[in-house]
Amino acid sequence: MNKIIEKVKLSDDVFQMKIDAPLIAEERKAGQFIVLLIDLEHGERIPLTIAGADKKNGTITIIFQAVGDTTRLLAKKEEGDYIESLLGPLGTPTHIQKYDKPVVCVGGGIGVAPLRPIVQAFKEAGNEVISIIGARTKELLILEDEINRYSNKVIVCTDDGSYGRKDLVTAPLKEICESDNPPGEVIAIGPPIMMKFCALTTKPFNVHTTVSLNTIMVDGTGMCGGCRVTVGDDVKFVCVDGPEFDGHKVDFENMMNRLNTYKFQEDHECNIGLDGKGAKK
Amino acid sequence: MQYISPEELSSQADKIIGTLNPETLTPKERRAIPLQEMPTQDPEVRRSNMEEVALGYTENQVKLEAMRCLQCKNAPCIQGCPVAINIPAFLDSAAKGDFKSSINIIKESSSLPAICGRVCPQESQCMATCTVGKAEKDIMRSVQIGRVERFVADWERDNNQIDIPQVAPESGKKVAIVGSGPSGLTAAFDLRKAGHDVTIYEAFHKNGGVTVYGIPEFRLPKAIVEIEIETLVKMGVKIITNFMVGKTRKLKDLLTIDGFDAIYIAAGAGLPKFMGIEGENLVGVFSANEYLTRSNLMKAYDFGKARTPIYKSRKVAVFGGGNVAMDAARTAKRIGAEEVHVIYRRTEKEMPARVEEVHHAKEEGIIFDFLTNPVRILGDENGRVNAIECLKYELGEPDDSGRRRPVPIKGSEFIIEVDACIPSLGNNANPVLSNTTPDLEINKWGNIVVDETGKTSIDKVYAGGDIVLGAATVILAMGQGRDAAVSINKILSK
Ligand SMILES: Cc1cc2nc3c(=O)[nH]c(=O)nc-3n(C[C@H](O)[C@H](O)[C@H](O)COP(=O)(O)OP(=O)(O)OC[C@H]3O[C@@H](n4cnc5c(N)ncnc54)[C@H](O)[C@@H]3O)c2cc1C
Ligand SMILES: Cc1cc2nc3c(=O)[nH]c(=O)nc-3n(C[C@H](O)[C@H](O)[C@H](O)COP(=O)(O)OP(=O)(O)OC[C@H]3O[C@@H](n4cnc5c(N)ncnc54)[C@H](O)[C@@H]3O)c2cc1C
Ligand code: SF4
Ligand code: SF4
Ligand code: FES
Repeated sequence: MNKIIEKVKLSDDVFQMKIDAPLIAEERKAGQFIVLLIDLEHGERIPLTIAGADKKNGTITIIFQAVGDTTRLLAKKEEGDYIESLLGPLGTPTHIQKYDKPVVCVGGGIGVAPLRPIVQAFKEAGNEVISIIGARTKELLILEDEINRYSNKVIVCTDDGSYGRKDLVTAPLKEICESDNPPGEVIAIGPPIMMKFCALTTKPFNVHTTVSLNTIMVDGTGMCGGCRVTVGDDVKFVCVDGPEFDGHKVDFENMMNRLNTYKFQEDHECNIGLDGKGAKK
Repeated sequence: MQYISPEELSSQADKIIGTLNPETLTPKERRAIPLQEMPTQDPEVRRSNMEEVALGYTENQVKLEAMRCLQCKNAPCIQGCPVAINIPAFLDSAAKGDFKSSINIIKESSSLPAICGRVCPQESQCMATCTVGKAEKDIMRSVQIGRVERFVADWERDNNQIDIPQVAPESGKKVAIVGSGPSGLTAAFDLRKAGHDVTIYEAFHKNGGVTVYGIPEFRLPKAIVEIEIETLVKMGVKIITNFMVGKTRKLKDLLTIDGFDAIYIAAGAGLPKFMGIEGENLVGVFSANEYLTRSNLMKAYDFGKARTPIYKSRKVAVFGGGNVAMDAARTAKRIGAEEVHVIYRRTEKEMPARVEEVHHAKEEGIIFDFLTNPVRILGDENGRVNAIECLKYELGEPDDSGRRRPVPIKGSEFIIEVDACIPSLGNNANPVLSNTTPDLEINKWGNIVVDETGKTSIDKVYAGGDIVLGAATVILAMGQGRDAAVSINKILSK
């Protein structure tokens, strides 16, 4: 049982929560995640990135989008409520080092949340950090100030031009690759389709590109194999080998298909309202 | 074998019980007592529910079965049991209807009899060496030791006769246990009994290891595991769930910062094996671990209540021939698949699954494709499984182990339409602890290396169960927990 210390609504369906979890706060590193569960008997385990931590107060921060059953249930919890089950920190931390050339951090939508601690870590390691953050529209853009604090430069894109550049994040990414100060490393976190195109953008320039994969998970501890992805010629397990991989080697098509494993079933149950879950609308 | 109803089995037993006196039975009379079949739910009914298949003996049945034991002086059955339960003694008490002393005899050697009585591969352990089976030239006709064990353990629980064992005075020593599967629970039990301050750390939100996330409800009701865990808690064992040693805290920090005097690692098996064939990452291919965890731990079968989805499919192919494959196939059937195939490269004789599981699976309508092996999984335009391509095999020359080796028949490829596949091929070792504990020695399969006392390459740190043995059995994992507890007690009493 972990207590929710603070809850902030960042946009229409994106929430930030500070949760009491002293052991996780102490051990966690950038790039790691937790698995949480609400309702010990019938709940579902879902992974969420640790978007920040405060060792002194023993709290971690998660930022999530209410997209489905469990995330909506979580969104209904208030300050002072408890999360029934929370395990972490899981996954292999981001490889942080000092590069001679700029590190470009690209975040799309809710992906800006997991990006935040990584931006900070690269900055603290002495890198020149350029961040590109994007959203469909101005209201959905999150954490701009936080990203700003740890970046030398921030480029904001929106699909509809309501704020910043009217572009996909891949446009400025390509420009930086073409410039005379190309990136030493690119990190891209966001919807799979965005990560796929970021990887395709950097490929011709041979810029190493790390992506953070958000596959479906069950245990998150290397037991079930449900999170497997194809990376180059190998099958990798996102929860223990990842979540970060070389974007140029990831089979995104397969990963996106696998993310849709239960789509038909879940949409169906939720549309006809026979699921008895209440939380789905 | 034809299905016989529980009522019929019970009345058959009632008819003969009065004619026998356990005090005066001769071996010949014992040999004449009919083997007591296990009453089960009707296959037609149970294939669509999750409730336990085997219903357990009646009192008269258990007495009759126990009377079949010849009370051999040398008791070869005891050598077959990995924890050396005094089998003739507990059978003798059961035959006389003294169930309390029967269960007490078992508990001298095993702390989880309600579980072992249900899931032990008895035909390759205690029953394999039983004199009765030898005499009848059929191991399956040995005394049904596990069924009697199960009865007396259930009797104890159902009659609120579970004694909380006496705990020795506090020793002032602290022991940490990693993992709450059978091996960790057993070690915790023995170490707490010796008076140590014991804490179990479990990564999951529930305790019991494979007995709660792997073995299905219809074979091992979860309530039974819960009661075993309650007993530990009553003895004063602390259990902390959602704590992954190596991640939430480093193994060594438990010794250096948290002040534990010893650690027992019982982290179990890890990542499932796949075949490495084309199409294994298609949508609709699940490892048995994933499929079973969704169903057992998160109750995904409980449609309407469960929040965890489980893939709905019409035709399912399970690859493999062990207990895990049987569990996956029978679960798929219960979740609603119309047709379930178990695809196995060898013949029925070589199947590692327990005979009882195979028999139950057949009764439930599972189709077995022997001497067949999948070579490719095929998918549709959305990357979803729609068929598998298989190859037929025949038995060739015997290999080193004396078993005839299956060899593929050229040109025998054929297609089975399926919409889901469940490879059930066993597990590799879980890498989390070894990755985060540099000094912990592992072998080339990733299993932790221990010496004859169960000690790892790190002082004060012991290990056992599946993480050492590779995939084994509940009773072997328990036995190792017990042995490690002895070693740990020894170093702590110094
Ligand atoms: C390592 C990792 C880190 C993550 N970090 C974050 C984070 O910081 N913030 C955040 O909001 N989300 C994060 N996610 C995604 C998050 O786990 C999913 O949004 C969540 O599992 C959805 O659960 P649900 O029950 O609410 O939705 P469901 O009802 O299960 O699904 C709703 C819809 O979302 C889709 N979906 C299901 N699982 C995922 C998934 N893993 N990723 C994307 N879509 C999915 C379904 O196909 C369905 O269409 C992360 C995922 C991983 C693997
Ligand atoms: C589907 C299936 C069916 C089976 N059927 C049978 C059968 O019929 N008969 C039989 O005898 N055997 C059977 N087995 C095998 C048997 O279940 C195992 O051999 C036995 O459970 C091993 O016990 P264990 O205590 O070593 O590990 P496990 O039962 O695997 O328990 C290990 C526990 O440790 C936890 N853990 C792992 N790493 C960490 C960590 N770093 N920190 C904290 N916790 C951790 C895990 O979450 C788990 O709960 C079956 C196995 C499966 C998968
Ligand atoms: S514990 Fe297993 S092997 Fe030992 S007697 Fe019981 S059923 Fe047989
Ligand atoms: S070997 Fe069989 S018959 Fe002999 S004592 Fe053991 S259980 Fe009884
Ligand atoms: S989530 Fe189960 S192995 Fe990764």
